[in-house]
Amino acid sequence: MAGELQFRDPARARGLASRLEHEARAIGRAPVTVMHVCGSHEQAIARFGLRASFPRELEVIMGPGCPVCVTDVPEVDEAVALARAGVRIATYGDMLRVRGTVQSLADAQAGGAKVDVVYGVSQAVQLARNNSEEIVFFASGFETTAVATAAVLLDSPPPNFSVLSAHKYIPPVMEIVAEMPETRIEGFLAAGHAATITGWGVFEPFVERHGIPVVVAGFEPLDVLAGLVELVQLIRAGTPEVRNAYPRCVTREGNARARELLWRVFRPIGGRWRGIAHVPNGNLRLRDEFAELDARRRFDIDVSSLWDYAPPKLVEQCQCGDIMAGIASPTGCQLFGKECTPDTPVGACMVSAEGTCKIWHAYGGHPDLRQIRRRAS
Amino acid sequence: MTRNLGLVEDRIVMRYGAGGNAMRSLIEQIFLPGLGRIDGIGLEAMDDGAAIRLGDRWLVITTDSHVIHPIVFPGGDIGRLAIAGTVNDLAMMGATEPLALTCAVVIEEGFRRADLERIWSSIRATCEEAQTTIVTGDTKVMGKGELDGIVINTTGVALTDRVVPDSGLRPGDRILVTGTMGDHGLAIMATRNQLALDVELSSDVAPLNDLVRRALRVGGDGVTALKDPTRGGLSSALHEMAAKSGVSILIDEPLVPVLGEVRAVGELLGIDPLLVANEGKAVIGVRPDVADAVLDAVRSHLFGRRAALVGECLEEHPGRVVLDTGFGKRLLGEADGVLLPRIC
Repeated sequence: MAGELQFRDPARARGLASRLEHEARAIGRAPVTVMHVCGSHEQAIARFGLRASFPRELEVIMGPGCPVCVTDVPEVDEAVALARAGVRIATYGDMLRVRGTVQSLADAQAGGAKVDVVYGVSQAVQLARNNSEEIVFFASGFETTAVATAAVLLDSPPPNFSVLSAHKYIPPVMEIVAEMPETRIEGFLAAGHAATITGWGVFEPFVERHGIPVVVAGFEPLDVLAGLVELVQLIRAGTPEVRNAYPRCVTREGNARARELLWRVFRPIGGRWRGIAHVPNGNLRLRDEFAELDARRRFDIDVSSLWDYAPPKLVEQCQCGDIMAGIASPTGCQLFGKECTPDTPVGACMVSAEGTCKIWHAYGGHPDLRQIRRRAS
Repeated sequence: MTRNLGLVEDRIVMRYGAGGNAMRSLIEQIFLPGLGRIDGIGLEAMDDGAAIRLGDRWLVITTDSHVIHPIVFPGGDIGRLAIAGTVNDLAMMGATEPLALTCAVVIEEGFRRADLERIWSSIRATCEEAQTTIVTGDTKVMGKGELDGIVINTTGVALTDRVVPDSGLRPGDRILVTGTMGDHGLAIMATRNQLALDVELSSDVAPLNDLVRRALRVGGDGVTALKDPTRGGLSSALHEMAAKSGVSILIDEPLVPVLGEVRAVGELLGIDPLLVANEGKAVIGVRPDVADAVLDAVRSHLFGRRAALVGECLEEHPGRVVLDTGFGKRLLGEADGVLLPRIC
C-alpha cells in the first residue's frame, strides 16, 4: 500500500501535469513529439487516462515497444512449422494468435498441433520435466525477458527442452527510428525495466550520435508524468542528454550479473522487425555453445510447406508497421475497430496486450476527453 | 466505437455466449426477428427479464442457464449461483418477491450423486434465503462427453407494482454500486489458474432481492434504473444502461470499491476487476435528492456494506462511459468475452 500511496497519488499527478503543460507551452511550437518504446508505458498511459491530461502541444506516441508485434513473419512461421511437424510448443499467450505467412500458432493448434500457453519460461521447463516429448519454448520479449530465458538455459534444463528465440534488443531500434527520414521524434522515453539491466549509460552513445534526449522512466502514472516533464524540459533547453527518472530501480551501470547472463547465452545479430526495418544487432540468438538447446539447430525446420496458401487480403491494408514507427496512429487505420478487433485481429498490434491497437481498443480508442466535466458537486 | 454490431458468422463461436456485442447481434439477427410483441417489456428490450402487464400490476419472468467451472468454488457453488442469478434478474426489474422458480437440470452420465446432493442442498438453502422455492422442474441425462458435468436452468416469476427497467437513467442521476466489484470473476479465475495466493478470493454470489427491496422502499420513484453487473462486469452493465437510457456516465474510479486482493490478482492476471462478473451486486441509478438515503439503506444490508456512489449521468455523448482515473480520463472499455474464460 505504501507504494500505491507514493506512486498513485492523483494530487501529485495534477501537479506534474500542470508542470508538463507549462514546459510544453514554453517551447512555443506544436506539436512537440516524443516517443516511448514500451508496451508497459502505453498500458500506463491508456489505463490511467493520462492522454486526457497531457497538454495539447505534446504528442506522445508509442514506438516499436511491443515484442510480440515486432516478431517477424518468418519467426512465427518457424514456430508454426515446428508445431505442425508434431513438436510441442510452449509460448506466451500473446504469441498464439500472431499470424505468420498464412497461419498462427492458434491455427496450427486448431489443426491438431500441440501448443501450450505458459506465463513464463520456467513453466515451459516444468512442462518439459513432466513430459518425455520434445518441448520447444518459443521465446519472445526484449532484454528483460531474454535474461529470464538465459538464466534457465544456464541452469541445466532437461534434455527434451530447447528454445526458439525471437528475443529482441531495444537500443538498436531506437537508432533506426531516429534515422527514419519521416521521423518527428524529438525525445525518447526509455523503458525502466529494460534499463535496470542495461543501465542508463547504454543510451549515452545514442544521444551523442543523434542529439535526441532520452529519459528513463518507470511505469506508475507518476513515473510516466515525471519522465515526460524531464524529457520536455530537455527538449526546451536544447540540451540532449540522458536522464534517469527511475532512480529507485535504475543505475548508470545496470545489473551486471543479469547482463553477464544475457550475453553469455545470446549474441546480437541483425534481422527484420515486423513492419519496421532490418535492425542491425536487433535480434538475440543463442550462441554456439548452446547449439544443443537451440531449436533452430536441433530441428530441421521446413517453413516451405506453409507457402502453399495465399496470405489473407486484409493484411495488405494493415498499418502496424507505420503505427510502430510512430508515423501513423491506430485511428488513422481504416481497419481499426472494424475488420480488425481483438476478436478478429488483422495485425500483431491488435493481438498483443502490449500492442498499440489492442490497448487503444481496450481503453476506448483515443477520444478527446478533456472537455468532459461534472454537472454538480 | 466497440458497439458496431457485426453480422453473425456461419458458425457460433464462444464469444456469442459471452454477453457482449456478439451476443446482442445474435439475439437481434437470429432470435428476435418474427417474434410477436407483448404489452410490456419483451425480448426486444434485452433487459434482465420480461414484464407482462396484468391489470395494474406486472408479471415479471426471467430465465437463465448456468454452467461453471469448477462447480464448487470459493464462496459458493453452481446451485447457489443458479438460484441467486434468477432471483437477482427478477429483482433488477423491481420484482423483489419471487413467487416461485422452476429448475431444469441436464446431467452428464457418470456425474457423482454426492455432488448432485451438495448442489441441491445449496439450491434449497439459497431459495430459503431468498424466500422462494422450486415448484416444478425437468431432468435429462446425456451421454458421457455430450456435455461437461451439469447444466442448470432456472426460471423465476414475480409480481410487482412498478417495473424498474435498466433504461431509466436521466442526466443528473447518480450511480450507486452495492459493493466491491470483480469478486466473483477473479475468484473463479484465481481458482482456475491455481494461483498460490496467501489470501483466498471469494465469490460474492448471493440473492439480492431483500437488499433491492430496501433500496426501493427508501428511494421510491427516485430509483430510476437497476442492473446486475454479471457477465462483462460493471463496464458492460454501465454501457447497456447508458446506451438504452440515452445518457453518458462519468465514473470516479477511485470511488469504486474493489477489494485489495481482487485488485492485486487482477493486476497479476492482467484483468480489470471492472470488466469481470459479479454475482451478488447491483448497479442502481438514483435521483440526486434520494441518493444518500438509498445509499444508507443499502449499506444497512449485509450484502451492501461497501456500497458507494461512484458516478453520475450526463447529457452529452450518450452511450459513452467515461472513467475519471484521478490521473486523467478515458473511456471504459468493454469486455467482449475475448480471452476471458466463461465464469457464470
